[in-house]
Amino acid sequence: MTDLAWINGAIAAARPQAVGALLRYFRDLDTAEEAFQDACLRALKNWPKNGPPRDPAAWLIMVGRNAALDGVRRQARMTALPSEEALSDLDDAEARTVEQIDGSDYRDDVLRLLFICCHPDLPATQQIALALRIVSGLSVRQIARAFLVSEAAMEQRITRAKARIAQAGTSFETPGPIERAERVAAVAAMVYLVFNEGYSVGGPKAPLAEEAIRLGRLLLRLFQTEPEIMGLLALMLLQHARTSARFAEDGSIILLDDQDRALWDGKLIAEGLALIDKAMRHRRPGVYQVQAAIAALHARAETPAETDWGQIDRLYATLERLQPSPVVTLNRAVAVSKVEGPEAALAIIEPLAGRLSGYFHFHGLKGALLLELGRNAEARVAFDRAIALANTPAEAAHIRQHLDRLAADHAPAEAAPAR
Amino acid sequence: MLYALLCYNDEDVVFSWTKEQDDAVMARLDVVHERLRKAGKMGPSLRLLPTTAATTLRKSDPPLVIDGPFAETKEQLLGFYVIDCKDLDEALEVARQLGEANPGGSYEIRPIRLFLPGVFADAEALETSA
Repeated sequence: MTDLAWINGAIAAARPQAVGALLRYFRDLDTAEEAFQDACLRALKNWPKNGPPRDPAAWLIMVGRNAALDGVRRQARMTALPSEEALSDLDDAEARTVEQIDGSDYRDDVLRLLFICCHPDLPATQQIALALRIVSGLSVRQIARAFLVSEAAMEQRITRAKARIAQAGTSFETPGPIERAERVAAVAAMVYLVFNEGYSVGGPKAPLAEEAIRLGRLLLRLFQTEPEIMGLLALMLLQHARTSARFAEDGSIILLDDQDRALWDGKLIAEGLALIDKAMRHRRPGVYQVQAAIAALHARAETPAETDWGQIDRLYATLERLQPSPVVTLNRAVAVSKVEGPEAALAIIEPLAGRLSGYFHFHGLKGALLLELGRNAEARVAFDRAIALANTPAEAAHIRQHLDRLAADHAPAEAAPAR
Repeated sequence: MLYALLCYNDEDVVFSWTKEQDDAVMARLDVVHERLRKAGKMGPSLRLLPTTAATTLRKSDPPLVIDGPFAETKEQLLGFYVIDCKDLDEALEVARQLGEANPGGSYEIRPIRLFLPGVFADAEALETSA
């Protein structure tokens, strides 16, 4: 009696380890993937009948390896497809493999898989597509849908990525400590890109955020003592906890201050806070930890008024030091506006005008600050600029609310829409 | 006799459940929980965050703080129940019923030697379990 949901869960969870091990055997992504698919088909037939194996990953690795080897022999001889019974080593596949796979192999296999997907020769878009296909096991169709491109285009992107990896003569050896540290940073960056892709838009992209969290957990299992990986996972969990409160029914964005905090996911927040707590103990701050600490301060505030904006201002100042960027300064300006008022915040963002002239959020914030100061005409100019730069309909809708309000201020009171 | 029912499962599997799958398992478990509650056999129960959230203090001299769980295992301790049963057979029957509601993994049934209900100053600490 084996639940189909359980089988699917077990297969999904075993995937990185199984594909990683098969890649170690075959040194070819396509062969490893096909071997894994083959093993999954056999698992779907075999597990409901014989019960779940003690170690699903070991079972899938052994069966996948044998199936692929049989496939190679079959091709060589051009003989008929072997029956399930004829397939060698199917019966006690597990017992033997369990002994063969120890913890360090598991780590190295999964790590190698992640490193290959984040190969430095690949542009970020290809890294993401490859990781979602190979590590997460999303179908090309699911990935294409999430990135709003055609299936054919996504298929091509993945094929190109694989070709480039083959061309680069990727080493299948486990990298040494220095290269490892560099490439872990690349994997973390890829995971956070996947998360943001899902987080910023929601809708069809929302599953990407969950997938990124799953990858983050996987990465932390591999690097249990790395505070930045704790910070990365904490950051994603704390942001994702707000998902159901972030969009109104019409798809428009609900800002943090206006969100119904009862809709925030308490379980994700608890996990995120526990992780940032653990990370801070190491006293090795990094960009993910600082951003997670900021998200934690929002999560801890039961009402917007209880938010510790002074502390958030200091954390953004730390972030500016670690990762100087006009966007970070823009975010600090939000905190400053809460602590010192809109005038001080405006003074901070004014020098950014050149570098952020094409950035939606710059004009959005500028408009909001000007509005607060009663400089309505200037605010309207900023909002008009923002709306032209909006990346999503939800962003545009949010700015339109401000413009409507500005327009309503000029209209006779009885004509103003109820809010 | 009080028994601890320690729940072991592959956390990669459990934490890859969608919210719908998780809710479905919890709904099935709640049926068993309710039955135990009505029979007066259900003590405290809890679900743990993943082992990535764990920190271990080794009682060496000086004590050593390590990130991660006490032991790296293929299946992890993900929670436990305290139940009141007359003997092992009855405790095993409870475990069987819970196992049908939530397949995969194992339950370890351990008789309890000492049980102190405890006192929390912060009543909110109890709400996390809800």
